[in-house]
Amino acid sequence: MNEKRHLGLKASARISNTLIYILLVIMSVVWLIPFICIVLQSFRVESTYPVGYVIPQKWGLDNYIALWNSDFKRWYLNTFIVALVTAALQTVFVLCMSYTLSRFRFKLRQGLMRLMLVLGLFPGMLTMIILYRVLKDLGLTQANAVPGLILVYVASSAMGYYVSKGFFDTIPKSLDEAARVDGATRAQVLWKIILPLAKPIVIYTILTAFMGPWGDFVFARYVSFGTSSGMNVAVGMYSWLSLDQIGSRYTMFCAGGVIVAVPVTLLFLFLQKYYVEGVTGGAVKG
Amino acid sequence: MKRYSDLEYLRLSKWHKFLYRLTSFFCAIPQALVNLLKSIGGFFQKIFVGIGTELSDLVLTFKNGDWKTRTSYLVMGFGSIARGQVLRGLLFLLFEAVFIFYMIFSGGYWLSMLPSLGKQGPAKEYDPVYDAYVTHYHDNSFKILLYGVLTIFFIIAFIYTWRMNVKQNKISEEILKSGKKLKSGKDDLRSLVDDQFHKTLLALPLSGILIFTVMPIVFMILVAFTNYDGTHDGFANSLFSWQGLKNFNTMLSWSGSGVNYSATFGEILTWTLIWAFFATFTNYFLGMFTAMMINKKGIKLKKLWRTILVLTIAIPQFISLLYVSKMFAKNGIVNGLLLKLGWISQAIDFWGSTAHSGLLARVMVIVINIWIGIPYLMLIATGILMNIPADLYESSRIDGASGWKQFTKITLPYMLFITGPYLLTSFTSNMNNFNVIFLLTGGAPTNSAASGAAGSVGFTDLLITWLFKITMGAESQYYLASVIGILVFVVVALITLVVYNLLPSIKNEEDFQ
Repeated sequence: MNEKRHLGLKASARISNTLIYILLVIMSVVWLIPFICIVLQSFRVESTYPVGYVIPQKWGLDNYIALWNSDFKRWYLNTFIVALVTAALQTVFVLCMSYTLSRFRFKLRQGLMRLMLVLGLFPGMLTMIILYRVLKDLGLTQANAVPGLILVYVASSAMGYYVSKGFFDTIPKSLDEAARVDGATRAQVLWKIILPLAKPIVIYTILTAFMGPWGDFVFARYVSFGTSSGMNVAVGMYSWLSLDQIGSRYTMFCAGGVIVAVPVTLLFLFLQKYYVEGVTGGAVKG
Repeated sequence: MKRYSDLEYLRLSKWHKFLYRLTSFFCAIPQALVNLLKSIGGFFQKIFVGIGTELSDLVLTFKNGDWKTRTSYLVMGFGSIARGQVLRGLLFLLFEAVFIFYMIFSGGYWLSMLPSLGKQGPAKEYDPVYDAYVTHYHDNSFKILLYGVLTIFFIIAFIYTWRMNVKQNKISEEILKSGKKLKSGKDDLRSLVDDQFHKTLLALPLSGILIFTVMPIVFMILVAFTNYDGTHDGFANSLFSWQGLKNFNTMLSWSGSGVNYSATFGEILTWTLIWAFFATFTNYFLGMFTAMMINKKGIKLKKLWRTILVLTIAIPQFISLLYVSKMFAKNGIVNGLLLKLGWISQAIDFWGSTAHSGLLARVMVIVINIWIGIPYLMLIATGILMNIPADLYESSRIDGASGWKQFTKITLPYMLFITGPYLLTSFTSNMNNFNVIFLLTGGAPTNSAASGAAGSVGFTDLLITWLFKITMGAESQYYLASVIGILVFVVVALITLVVYNLLPSIKNEEDFQ
């Protein structure tokens, strides 16, 4: 304490700031290393199995060319379609649910919210067995996994209404009432007044809905079970790391990781502002 | 225990304050449980009272109603059509026709088979066409259970609609009696985008939830009371049947012979709770510190630091986690580097070492989870920290408070108050955090003591990954998976209810608006 006073406020602030800079640099390095490694290893040509060094001895695009000649294209297309359609439909579902719960006061509202809370406490994994069997009966598995996945992702998505309901709650109700007085129907209020104001949350919902399918592994694996043409990137690339394939596919996995991560990451960073708004709003509301 | 008033509480020493809060927390638990039971009791009471009033209303409506109303008890929508509300009436009538048709041609069969889950399994029977014994397939237990549940749902929907149809008549009668006009079909359609707009909005999302969440959950709860597994698959191999509480017995008690499931369950549950605790709180505090560091006055490049950290949110977890898991493999980069530097003479088996119940792997998943989790907390904490009034800090500084004191007296209480509900949900979702565990370790290292239990149990397995392994295993004991799922639900629900009632920041939601 004495020493601090001796140094003066400015000097002690400088010391603590330097410490923070050091910490932040260390953290950044830790955060970036895996991603740098994966990029570097995707250019490694001399071998295809995991090795104990990072910088390739021979550089080349072999892994990317191998990707192009593998089923990866199909997986990527599958995932992209699922992500795109899911993003569109899920946004509609979530917004319908959250707007209704925020603005309407009907008899079963409280019960509905409680029911969804309780349903959310069940481990989702539990329902996969039956959903898989149902999709199989409908012929929406394996080679036809794409529509099946979309159906399952979208159908229950309205249960994740919390964040956007929190947002709608912050839009003053007097706006609705003013428009209603002027003769607008409820539907017009939603279309013409609320939705334009809700742009941040719409973008947030689209963004999270779009990113979800890229990482889904468990259910996609059930649904595509063993059929390469129905897999998404996560399932397909996971199989490359199995014991019998890792020797020949490890660097391809790295290359595929780069191809998958780059567009999603760019999109995310581009829309980061909206994501932050959604996440912070959601946590404060609980 | 003795309750202190605010003033008395403030006079206590630090240690006493802590003790007081701790005891008051635990003393509140029984009360919370009692409240829970009471609310469950109240729920059932409400249901019974509700059914009672509905029934008496039905009788009264029949007694007081005209012939149109009375006919509607049998022919749904008749009253509406007779009073000129053709659209409504036709919809009611159509629903009734579909229901009767379904029940006669399909629903009746499923319902009648539900108690037995199928009478005749696949059997070798003599086939004159082939002149040989050929396997013939008969009942399908899986479909019986599935469509049985659906049929029950449908019957409930029918009863509800029928009740609405009766109520409709009563309301129409009253309106007509008072000399007003009934709504036309056009009005009905218009109200769907206006007064009744919420019904239009909710129709799709709710039916999605009903079919793809509620129905599967009901189905899987029922499966816990059967012997549905790979051998008893309900169709091709043999039927499955009701088993009562046998599976719960298998999971929760140990008779002394056979596989000790209860010990395995207890072990995994303990680790699941430990994991959830550490995963939640390490992320919470480290994320908060990171946010405070980045937001500190005088720190430049704030946006850069944030962007670097959020990379772990942006990049799909299956890439980052699988890659990190391979980095720490025996032949991975980390071991390669450490060997080169000469810090170790033998590769460390991060994921395979079974020493101290796989302590190394357990610590590793918690540490790597920090890498994944800090960014979320950093974002959340940033938003909240900015909302703390700056004059609080200013005045405390004038009073001579140190940075640490400011943190414990201002920042932390504020954060905890606001993020209480978030902490709770992140604890429960960490209990079910499938991705981190499965992609990093797949449950390894193998727990040989639990090798008898279904699925190859490992030391880092959570209940949820165990459940997954059981369903994917050779024997596919779906019934055990269901039992685990139900138990997970019970644990999570208990934690949620108890903690939720103790949180200070649970306010009436209308307060926000």
